[in-house]
Amino acid sequence: MWARAVWLGLRASAGGRRGFPSKAAHQGSRRVTAELIEHLERLALVDFGSQEAVARLEKAIAFADRLRAVDTDGVEPMESVLEDRCLYLRSDNVVEGNCAEELLQNSHRVVEEYFVAPPGNISWPKLDEKEPFSHR
Amino acid sequence: MATPMLRWCCPGRRWIFAGIGGGSRHGRGVPTGSTSSGKKGQSSVAQQPLITAQKPRKGEREWAAVVGLEIHAQIASNSKLFSGSQVDFAAPPNSLVSFFDASLPGTLPVLNRRCVEAAVMTGLALDCHINRKSLFDRKHYFYADLPAGYQITQQRLPIAVNGSLAYSVCVGKRWSQMVTRTVGVKQIQLEQDSGKSLHDNLRSQTLIDLNRAEGQLRVDANISVHHPGEPLGVRTEVKNLNSARFLAKAIDYEIQRQISELENGGKILNETRSFDYKLGCTVPMRDKEGKQDYRFMPEPNLPPLLLYDSGSLPTGADPQQVIDIDQLRERLPELPRVTREKLVRQYGMLPEHSFALLNEVGLLEFFQNVIKETRAEPKKVTSWVLNTFLGFLKQQNLAVSESPVTPSALAELLDLLDRKAISSSAAKQVFEELWRSKGKTPAQMVAEKKLELMQDAEALEQLCRSMLEAHPQVVTDVKKGNPRAINKLIGLVRRATLGRADPTVIKEVLERQLSS
Repeated sequence: MWARAVWLGLRASAGGRRGFPSKAAHQGSRRVTAELIEHLERLALVDFGSQEAVARLEKAIAFADRLRAVDTDGVEPMESVLEDRCLYLRSDNVVEGNCAEELLQNSHRVVEEYFVAPPGNISWPKLDEKEPFSHR
Repeated sequence: MATPMLRWCCPGRRWIFAGIGGGSRHGRGVPTGSTSSGKKGQSSVAQQPLITAQKPRKGEREWAAVVGLEIHAQIASNSKLFSGSQVDFAAPPNSLVSFFDASLPGTLPVLNRRCVEAAVMTGLALDCHINRKSLFDRKHYFYADLPAGYQITQQRLPIAVNGSLAYSVCVGKRWSQMVTRTVGVKQIQLEQDSGKSLHDNLRSQTLIDLNRAEGQLRVDANISVHHPGEPLGVRTEVKNLNSARFLAKAIDYEIQRQISELENGGKILNETRSFDYKLGCTVPMRDKEGKQDYRFMPEPNLPPLLLYDSGSLPTGADPQQVIDIDQLRERLPELPRVTREKLVRQYGMLPEHSFALLNEVGLLEFFQNVIKETRAEPKKVTSWVLNTFLGFLKQQNLAVSESPVTPSALAELLDLLDRKAISSSAAKQVFEELWRSKGKTPAQMVAEKKLELMQDAEALEQLCRSMLEAHPQVVTDVKKGNPRAINKLIGLVRRATLGRADPTVIKEVLERQLSS
């Protein structure tokens, strides 16, 4: 499956995250349902803000599906472009850390030496509650 | 990020619930800390089959429960799995965090050799097949204590698979019988730990510490029930159980809950639950509703992990950069199973004794030190260490290292007993005294309290004879065939000797005199 992964050039408004097609999307070239979009948005925090974006997604999936034209029977999938590289093993020595002050400067809010986050996970609005909105 | 963790997964095994016995509870054996010499591998041991739960009501079919355990354990290394920051439990928040651990852009994971060795050794100790090639993956989910938005783990091809662990469990009405069971280990994988979240409900915020090294051992249980012969039921996951006792309670409760729910026509949701220690029940965890889609993908920054053995070591390779499984196998300490077998063979002790000796930290060493210094028989030593010594420890909740009685002291005491210089009841008295006060040797205590056994056989004979003469009625009783009448005589003689005669010897003498 990963051999067929495609980098989608979708642009979310903040963070520039990329969405990845889920497994479900690969089953034939069917329409990408609103349910799937909601699922992907929740998983990847990507904003498929418009119908145009969804259409672009469908086209990208269709383009990627052309890979099926290649017969890969009996061929081992490539898992990593690094597969011929050696995995470097580091000695078990302490060589970094001790920079709490520096790291905490990155945080919007800090309490003593802790990063501050909202409680738990913020719940994602349900599909019918959503409106076209500007991404956070 | 990247406190090194190993995770073992076990497939569930079936538990049959039927009307066996009266629904008695059973003890559970738990793999001991001695499996790893100071290092902690994350291991998932599958559950042990329960013997019984409750009688099925009339007309109802049997239920079988399937339980799989995921055990997360910290590897005892100096630095983290993927970064060179320190692993330590008590450091100030965020002080042991490197740029990589804080998931700053541009940082990359670098694998810690020691962690790989720990994983391989754990796999070898659990009889796993070590995968010569294993892969790292990303598991994605959002949570404040996971700054990268994913955790590096080994989902597709972990470092070790298909192992097993033999353990003992006490069964029977009073846990009197010990049986050996085997549990399958599905896989062992290396993975990062997430950070630590402190929930501040008052101010509606969560405080995040990315040091990791939170809990050294955590277990999640996956539980489902079904009727034998039918497909497996929907499973629930009960998370973050920290002790064997609560693990057992949580599993028991959840099985019963699922059975009740299904018998009442309800459905089991595939959800995550946690265990409420006070109420003794599992409750749904709010944040984790519905099935998670982790969107696993290969970790693009780490090539496959390749392991070698003596036969396949590449020539001219930097030894620091290759891992030889055979070399690691040689470095494995003696496994508990082997130690126990040796104990049984060498000292003729029962298997359950060997388990008991290994189940307490330092107890085996204590036992061996006593054996070294005493002339008493191993069986005697075993009995004294496991019953008397351990009993006193448990009563006062002490570790072996905190014991006021040294192996030498106990050895000396057992020597006195072995020489028949004192009776066993006197020995127990001395032991108590040794426990309570320091500074005196057993020999000194015996002398002080005049606990030495009478060595004068003639005097004892005289005493017995005069006792018999003084109590003709009891003598008649004994001769009439009342076996317990003699105990009265023994008691009288004992008192007369101020407890310095061995009751068995007294009995011998009396019986001999009575029959002549």
